[in-house]
Amino acid sequence: MRSSGASGAVFIWAAVVAILAFLFIPVVIIVVYAFSAAPIPAWPVTGFATHWFADTWNDEEVREALALSLEVAALATAIAILLGTLAAMAVARMRSVGREVVSFVVVLPIALPGILTGMALASYFAFWGVNLSYWTIVAGHATFCVVIVYNNVIARLRRLPRSLAEASADLGADGFLTFRRVMLPMMASAIGAGALLAFALSFDEVIVTTFTAGAQNTLPLWIFGAIRLGQKLPEVNVVVFAIILFTAIPVLLAQKLIGDSGRVAR
Amino acid sequence: MTAGLKQCFARIVLGLSVSLPLAQGAEAMQALNAIGKGEGTLNVVAWEGYAQDDWVKPFEAATGCAVHAKYAGSSDEMVALMRSGGGDQYDVVSASGDATLRLIYGHNVQPINIALIPQWKNFIPQLQAPDFNTVKGVHYGVSYEWGPNTLLYNTKTFPSAPTSWSVIYDPKYAGQVTVPDNPIQIADAALYLSKTQPALGITDPYELNQTQMNAVVALLQGQAKLIKKYWALASDEIQLFTSGDAVVGAAWPYQTNTLQAAKVPVADTIPAEGATGWADTWMISAKAPHPNCAYAWINWVTTPKVQAEQAIYFGETPANTLACKEMDAEQPGACAQYHGDASAAYFNQIKFWKTPRTQCGNGKDDCLDYAAWQRAWQTIKG
Amino acid sequence: MTKRTWRGSLFAFGWRHEGAANAALLGLPAIWFLTLYLAAIGALLITAFWQVDDMSGDLIPGFSFSNFAELLSDPIYRTIAIRTIFIASVVTLTDAVLAWPFAYAMVRLSGPRLRAVLMALVLVPLWSSYLARVYAWRLILAHDGVLNWTLSAAGLPDLHIGYSNWAMWIVFSYLWLPFMILPVAAALERIPPSLLEASADLGERGMATFRRVILPMALPGMVAGAIFTFSLTLGDFVTPMLVGGVGSDFIGNVVYANVGVTNNIPFAAAYATLPLGVMAVFLLLARKLGAFDAL
Repeated sequence: MRSSGASGAVFIWAAVVAILAFLFIPVVIIVVYAFSAAPIPAWPVTGFATHWFADTWNDEEVREALALSLEVAALATAIAILLGTLAAMAVARMRSVGREVVSFVVVLPIALPGILTGMALASYFAFWGVNLSYWTIVAGHATFCVVIVYNNVIARLRRLPRSLAEASADLGADGFLTFRRVMLPMMASAIGAGALLAFALSFDEVIVTTFTAGAQNTLPLWIFGAIRLGQKLPEVNVVVFAIILFTAIPVLLAQKLIGDSGRVAR
Repeated sequence: MTAGLKQCFARIVLGLSVSLPLAQGAEAMQALNAIGKGEGTLNVVAWEGYAQDDWVKPFEAATGCAVHAKYAGSSDEMVALMRSGGGDQYDVVSASGDATLRLIYGHNVQPINIALIPQWKNFIPQLQAPDFNTVKGVHYGVSYEWGPNTLLYNTKTFPSAPTSWSVIYDPKYAGQVTVPDNPIQIADAALYLSKTQPALGITDPYELNQTQMNAVVALLQGQAKLIKKYWALASDEIQLFTSGDAVVGAAWPYQTNTLQAAKVPVADTIPAEGATGWADTWMISAKAPHPNCAYAWINWVTTPKVQAEQAIYFGETPANTLACKEMDAEQPGACAQYHGDASAAYFNQIKFWKTPRTQCGNGKDDCLDYAAWQRAWQTIKG
Repeated sequence: MTKRTWRGSLFAFGWRHEGAANAALLGLPAIWFLTLYLAAIGALLITAFWQVDDMSGDLIPGFSFSNFAELLSDPIYRTIAIRTIFIASVVTLTDAVLAWPFAYAMVRLSGPRLRAVLMALVLVPLWSSYLARVYAWRLILAHDGVLNWTLSAAGLPDLHIGYSNWAMWIVFSYLWLPFMILPVAAALERIPPSLLEASADLGERGMATFRRVILPMALPGMVAGAIFTFSLTLGDFVTPMLVGGVGSDFIGNVVYANVGVTNNIPFAAAYATLPLGVMAVFLLLARKLGAFDAL
């Protein structure tokens, strides 16, 4: 068992390296083309240039799209935190079939194809005469971000014994104090991890946003437009490269948070 | 705003106060009486290459209207964008002749007060009030530029220009052909069949009865086996030719210009069977949020200089006759190259895009409408 | 003696009447989902029975099966539906196979630091814009792209898989792999090693332990991952647009064409009931297999 385990481990690690290569080759390509001189990407890359970085920074449309994406993601995440935490707290206490119903409904926006959600929301807004705008984008994003916060919080709540709340009540604290001093600190890292993932999802979402945005562009919509126009493709690569650089830290941070909440059984 | 433009507008306002018939529509939609102060923003739906910085940046500086452009790859997409979200997202659209009537009958565009467009009187007569943008004397748009759908080919594969559209139906080039992903492409096949199978009796490639459509669909289904990819966006086709995935296909002069600028060995031609083409119109949304900027934009892009710049960039022909001189000033010989001085005969032999309808021109009513074309196209694509 | 505050009374009430407390907590999320999301989906299903005026684009309410009749009568829609479901299934299986070695190495063969690094590496591509990654694959698989360049350097013949279903299979498997790795890893975490030791004590060798102990216990995680990979592929239209060729259209492309191009929302809604139905069945199956506890 031991020897077969060792050679098995070699195969597994070889597979891991291959999979990592598979995952990162396109990322490397994106970074390489951020430095390519040619406006239309061709292989192999003949000339190198760095002026695309300045061009992208000076492109007002990029800055507007980036700002909009950050705002939308922040607001959508905030709403998702509120709704997801409330729902998780309710479901953690429920023992009935209601628990399954809530889990099912909450996962629908992500489980159902994005095109359905997008189309449904667009038609719905049109029906009520609500103009497509910043708010409709946020509404769409918040809806499918709820489940991410919900799942993280409810996984944590399952591990919290109810006796803690009882003890707190025995000591004279009412519900809100218990919530603030006992439950919230224990849920905090789960909410944080969920919030980071929700922010990432909202920041990169394109399908639902295509239907719920009006004339304004979030960053993914701008990227889609830039790919379509095909004249400023290196700018797309520069933007994505910058995003990778700036998000490596939060990603590692999220990992520490999730790592704290889920321990490997030993 | 520059002093020149200010003077221009002042004259218009003065002239308006004397006499001007207001545009009458069947609805109570009124065209603007006078152009007021710019609203600071302009949302544009345009073909790729129609909102280049070369003329957008000076416009923004002159009028203070910041331009946000959304690019569409087909007329269908333009119509959908103009109708989306309650119809008040965008201000102007550069619609081709196969979308204009749909936008007019869908009440998506507003009548235009042609007196507010001073350059209009310099247009070629055929484009001053064409029936794809003027209904019962009411202008719903201002003509912009026009051009042909060309045959784009790789000069290494074809040392001399192909003389017939048959090359895009030839199994010899299987897996190397590309054509637009657009139901209106059916008309190109119909035009080809009208010359190669005259027995079908196709006189107008946009008026097809069921028998004629069946023949065209059969031809296109055969072609589907040769297609590498249907291009939905001009940049798709540019990528296909750049990477060598395609060597021949249907295109716009814009792709030829862009590819040649990137040193890809291509050229284009109009084969013997003739070509379909498009004539674009700038239209203003019925619920445009920034109508003053919209009029300012149309006035800007109909000036001879911008018309010339656009024509050379895209490889098309201006509606404004005064643009010819500007084209030659920017690039000697450009006016002749892009048919800026074209005769009426040349203009008339291009089969411009128009919306297929059930009424055939010859008095019969059994032609297929656009919805049937869309269904046929989906069947062809697979 | 503690003072009776209104907060205290409220808390006592909630403690004793659990149903009311739950209702209060659920109130806001319930209102959001009911009035915004579920109502929108319901309204969409209703429009599937409506029609549209071709020239003006106005919606014609009423009850008609014509959209469904057209979907059933024209074989192209059946072809597209089967193609979509087939590729979604193949992608799910591919990702399930690829995720295992990675998740196993992450959980069972790594210390906590290495595990955090591997996890972060899996997440970094997710932050690199879906669109940009698909576009990068288009460049890789093109006629003169990286793949063929590498193959000819190795003396192998060119592969013409750019703009094809093969390209879509590769790209989809690539895109959703992290969504499969994470739940499988989470499920593996929950298997106590004592179970594996017990299995070995009872005489079971590696493969048998895997089949009889590990696989069944990790199944909920795999199904949870499958929900993402299957549903994300089922509804996608951007990847077929960018790397698909002739005969690569998905249900999503037909829906997108009918909404964003043809402007025939009732027809699009009618066709969209298919992925809706397929996912509803999938989710019910997933629930039975315990995937909801493993999400």
